[in-house]
Parts: sequence; C-alpha cells; structure tokens
Amino acid sequence: MHIPFDLLVGALVAGLLLGGFYAAVTVGVSISFGILDIVNIAHPAFIILGSYVAYIANQSFGIDPIVVSLLALPVFYALGAAVYQIYHLSFERRGQEALRGLAFFFGLLFITEVGLILAFGVDFRYVEAPYIGPSLHYGLVDLPLRMLVPCLISLAVLAALQLFLTRTFTGRAIMAVAQDQLALQLMAADPVRIKRTAFAISIATCSLAGACLVIIQPVEPSVGRDYIGRIFAICVLGGLGSLPGTLIAAMLLGIIESITSTFYGPSWAPAVAFGLLLLTLAFRPAGLLGR
Amino acid sequence: MFLLLAVLAGAALYFGLRLVHNEYTFFAGFVILQFIVLATAWNILGGYTGYVNFGTAAFFALGAYSTVFVHKTYPLPIPLLILIGGIISGIIGLGMGYLTLRLRGAFFSIATLAMAVVLQTLVVNWTFVGGSRGAYIIRPAAAPLVGNYIEYLFLIMLALAIVAITVARIIERSQLGYGFATIRDDEVAAEASGVPTLRLKLVATTISGALMGMAGAPFPYYIGYVEPSSTFGLAYAVNSIAMPMIGGTTSWAGPVIGAILLGVVQQVATVTISSAVNLLIVGALLVAFVIIAPKGIVGFFQERRRAASGK
Repeated sequence: MHIPFDLLVGALVAGLLLGGFYAAVTVGVSISFGILDIVNIAHPAFIILGSYVAYIANQSFGIDPIVVSLLALPVFYALGAAVYQIYHLSFERRGQEALRGLAFFFGLLFITEVGLILAFGVDFRYVEAPYIGPSLHYGLVDLPLRMLVPCLISLAVLAALQLFLTRTFTGRAIMAVAQDQLALQLMAADPVRIKRTAFAISIATCSLAGACLVIIQPVEPSVGRDYIGRIFAICVLGGLGSLPGTLIAAMLLGIIESITSTFYGPSWAPAVAFGLLLLTLAFRPAGLLGR
Repeated sequence: MFLLLAVLAGAALYFGLRLVHNEYTFFAGFVILQFIVLATAWNILGGYTGYVNFGTAAFFALGAYSTVFVHKTYPLPIPLLILIGGIISGIIGLGMGYLTLRLRGAFFSIATLAMAVVLQTLVVNWTFVGGSRGAYIIRPAAAPLVGNYIEYLFLIMLALAIVAITVARIIERSQLGYGFATIRDDEVAAEASGVPTLRLKLVATTISGALMGMAGAPFPYYIGYVEPSSTFGLAYAVNSIAMPMIGGTTSWAGPVIGAILLGVVQQVATVTISSAVNLLIVGALLVAFVIIAPKGIVGFFQERRRAASGK
C-alpha cells in the first residue's frame, strides 16, 4: 500500500495531540486503579459529568469551559471523597471489594449515565470558546487549537501530579499506601485518609478531563463508554500507577488510533484500544513501565 | 427429581399463561425467562468463582449473530441454532478466559468489557450480517408443535431456563462447585492445596459463555430485527449482574429470584413509565443491594433461618 507522506505526518501529529488528551482522561484511573487498586469502572461517567458541568456553565453564563472546570475542581474533589467514603465503609472494610466493589462502580456508571439521559436527553452538547475552530500551520504540520489546548492542559496536569506524588509527604504516602499500610501507620499517616485524598484527586481530574472532552468533541451521556476501554488499556499498557508510563501509553494509543482511522476508516478505531489491551494483558501484563 | 419438579413448574406456567389468552404475557414471559438464563449463566462464573464478567452482552450477541449468520446462509430450526450459538460462545469464552484468567480478577472484568467492544466493531464492519444498519429476520408464519410462533419461542426459552437452572444446581452440589467456591473464597490458598484453579476457571467461563450464547440464539426470531448497538447494549450486562446480586450469588435460586423480581419490575416500569427510567431503577437497586444486603435476598433469609434455629 502506498502511503502519502503528508497524510502520515498529519496522522502522527493528530495522534500525538489525541494521545495528550487521552493522558488527561486516564490519569485519574492511574491513581485510583494503578496506585490504590480501586477498580473505578465509573471513572468515564464522572468525566462526562465534568463535560456537562462545563457545558451548562458555558451555555448559560458564557464562561470558558476550562475556567469552569478549574472552579469545579473542589466540587469534584468532594464528590470523590464522598464516593470513597461509601466504598470504604461498605466494601473495603468488609474485605469484599473484589466482587461487590466492581458491581457498585458499575451501578454508579449506569446511574450517572441514565440520570444524564433523563435530565438532558441523548442530544449531542457542545461548548463555545475562542480556540475552537482556528488552527496553527507549520509547513506540513497542522495544529488545530481545539486539540492543542486540551493536550497542553493534560501535560500540565500530569506534570503537577507527578511532582505532587514524588515531592510532597502526602504524595509519597499515596504511593506507599498500596504497598504497605502498616508501615504508613507507623509514619503517623492514616491510610484511609490518604486513600480518600488520592481517590478524591483522581475524581477531581475528571473535571478537567471532562472540559477537555467537550472542547474536542460534542458530548452525549453514553460517549463515556467508548473511553472505558481506552482508559484501562492505557493504564495497563503504561504500567499500573506510573504517570510517565501513562503518558507514553496514551501517546502510543493516540497515534495508533489516528493512523488506523486515517488509513482504514474511523469505524475500526474503537477496536484498536481494546485489541491493544487484550494483547498487553496476554503478553506483558506488567505494562511498559510496570512497578 | 429436581428436574421433574422444574419441568412440572414450567408446564404449569405455560398452561397458566395460555389461560390468560393474551399474547403479551408470552412476549413479557420470554424476556423474563431470557433474563433467568442470562443471570444464571453469569452467576456460574460471577457468583460461584467470584470473577465479574461485564461482557454478558457480547456473549449474548454472539449467539444472536450466529443465528443471523446461519439464517442468511441456510435456515435451520431454532434448537439447532441454540446449539450452534452455545458452541461458538463457549469457545470464545474459553479463549477469553485463557488470555486473562491468569491475572488478577479485575483484569478479567476489564478484558470482558474490552471484548464486547472488539466484537461490536467487528459486527459493525461486517456487512453480511447487516453491519451497523442491522439485519431483518422474517420469522415463519407457523411454528412446529404449538402453531403460534411466540408460544413456540416461549417454550424454547422455558426449556433453556430449566436447563440452565439444572446445570447451575448440578455444579453447585458437585465437586466442581466446591472447587469454584474455594477460588471465590481464597484463590491462593486453593491453588496451594492443589485445586487446579486455572482449569476450573476455564470450565466456568466456558459453561457460562455457552449458556449466554444459547440465550441469545433465539433472540433474532423474537425481535425480528437485530442491530449492533442494542444487541451489544450495556443493559444486558447490568441486568445480568444486578439480578444475581439482588437475589443472592451463592445458590442457584438467587439469580432466578432476582431475574423474576427485576424482570417483572422492568416490564411494569417500561409499560407504565419509560424504558430509561427502568434502567435507572436497575442501577439504583444494584447499588442499594450491594451496599445494604451484600448477600442478596437468599442470603438474607438464610441468615434469618440460621438465627431462628440457633435460639
């Protein structure tokens, strides 16, 4: 097959931008699933919730979606803390997190999705912002701002979280909590409180990721499902709990998906992530940068 | 003995419904029986071994689409189609299990979700079975044995439900069932005591997948039109998880009770309110039950009986 050079370059650049955005979507799960071992299947539902918050504020008050998502961070943080509290009291403490915890999050996913459908219907919703539309051009390379802005936000979020996790006491405690709870208690840190903080942060990232999503594409309640596979594929491929691994895997998936949809057609793109996930699980379950 | 009782109960149900003289009861009954099969099948893997399968819809759709495929090439009678659907889903279940069951439980669950999307993409891109436009199945005007087609489908699903429940009951009381229970309670300890955990898990995935495929095989004839996004819909997945969870996962009776309860509630809610609300009800009940009554309805009564006999 003859592959035109400019098409390939275009697909690569689009893939990198897409991958950057995927990293923002995944980083929350890298924390909750990768570090805390909480299989939060409902994560994409919270992202869609973030999109709708951005959409409502944008349409009724004309506020920029990214500003909205920054303002909504504490709300999502509180929501995350509340969800963790329920999860901890009902499942973790009883040692039943495997089966019933999964069912719990699956139920949450469902309730959020159907709730949004009942409230807003299945119409696609979108936001308005000055950077949706124009693009930058550098020779062959074409950078649409509506992809570039989410990508940059995502990189900023990842950098901030990586610094937080490696440089602060709380961050290091979060990294430690999955490995040895007892040792953490000896360091005068309460494992439950640390886990709650970490889970709340992971849900807080949904606010930003949701705003990015609604900037990139119009959103309707069941869009989140497409992301379940991508998120977990990236998380597993990158190596559980590793943020740099998450970024690399996200870029990789973005590029593969973009090339697939450029050369084979967009209807094949969803299978790519899942195919990648199945292959990773079968051949290298520890991921690229596994712990 | 149990089989005889089940068949008698089924026969009583069928003739009872015939007395009502309303076709709708058979349509609704078919859906509820289908959920009994799906919930029981899910429970063989999910309830007995503790591995959560989110891909019920994928196995169900495999059964449905193998019917579409056969129907387009050479129409066969439905019992044969059920067999084919069961075999295909069983094989896919085995392959799936082989790829992922060596890993921790959560990976298996995520991989089942992944498989559903991969299969859906394949079907969407496969024009022979209708692609994303869907496929029409025109059912024969008359059916063997009973004449009326919906009654015929109902009887088939009834038989399938009896088979599924019997299989679940046999497993539960056999060595296989005890093996499954050891995996659920402590897989590492089971492995250390010489339980062949991987092989048992593969058996569970295969049986469970095959039963789900069998439940899906008559579906195109029931609905008349299949298209990917509804056949692969999350509704099947959430229902087949919610039903055993609400009924109770450790015995065969749990999924049956859960399926009848939720099935009836949903039929009523769909008719009286709307189909979106009925899914919300299922989701809310699932979350409520796993938090408040983690052992389901059956577990609740077992505990009460134990408490009563302890006095």
